[in-house]
Amino acid sequence: MSDILKFHFDVDGSDFSSAGEASVLVKKKLRQLGYPADIIRKVSIAMYEGEINMVIHAGGGSADVEVHEKEIVIILTDEGPGIPDISLAMQEGYSTARDNIRVLGFGAGMGLPNMKKYTDYMDVKSEVGKGTTVTMKVFL
Amino acid sequence: MKIREIQDILGAELLCGEEYLDNDVFSACCSDMMSDVLAYVKDQGLLITGLVNPQVIRTANMMDMVCVVFVRSKVPSDEIIELAKESGITVMRSNLRAFEASGLLYCAGLSKDHGDKNV
Repeated sequence: MSDILKFHFDVDGSDFSSAGEASVLVKKKLRQLGYPADIIRKVSIAMYEGEINMVIHAGGGSADVEVHEKEIVIILTDEGPGIPDISLAMQEGYSTARDNIRVLGFGAGMGLPNMKKYTDYMDVKSEVGKGTTVTMKVFL
Repeated sequence: MKIREIQDILGAELLCGEEYLDNDVFSACCSDMMSDVLAYVKDQGLLITGLVNPQVIRTANMMDMVCVVFVRSKVPSDEIIELAKESGITVMRSNLRAFEASGLLYCAGLSKDHGDKNV
């Protein structure tokens, strides 16, 4: 496949129950395109974690997925409060999520580490008060 | 273990996914933290949880899990059941607590991990 496929999603930050809808759609698309199950799982888990993070911490944002010949790129952008210390946020178990998020089953401080674990490349750019952009790649 | 056997062992009420009852599950995970399910599950096909919200089904979907059992008498909403149907996931509910449900299935031969893919 030589053409680049692009998908864009607006992630609604006001409705926790709908968080993850974009990831489910991407998973379905990649299945239809015939990608191997392990690749699909890596992309969809990383994107799902990112979507949840955007809803929990940033009031939503946008998700772009690009399917290239040799890699799948996921770009998550938000205009939330930003991450003051990225290396701290990358530590397993570190979380700033409040108890109202924990009772929903998230906020264990595994989101960013898990996104890194399931992807082959991850870059986090963040500015306090302006927002965060996470770029992830899964190599094909 | 067939999903049908899981239903029998737990005395669980089937809420959707009757067509998948003869599919096999080799291993299971029990957690109310979906963050942990996303971090630690590998090829487990069954999720046992007392957490009730749509993210349980999305998490199971992301992890390619095929069956979710809601324990502690929890009743999932119609929205959750619809999501499970769309995702091809069997959903049941049981009056047992998570520890007891996990123990019964473990004693019956379901393990925490298995090398084979779940069907």
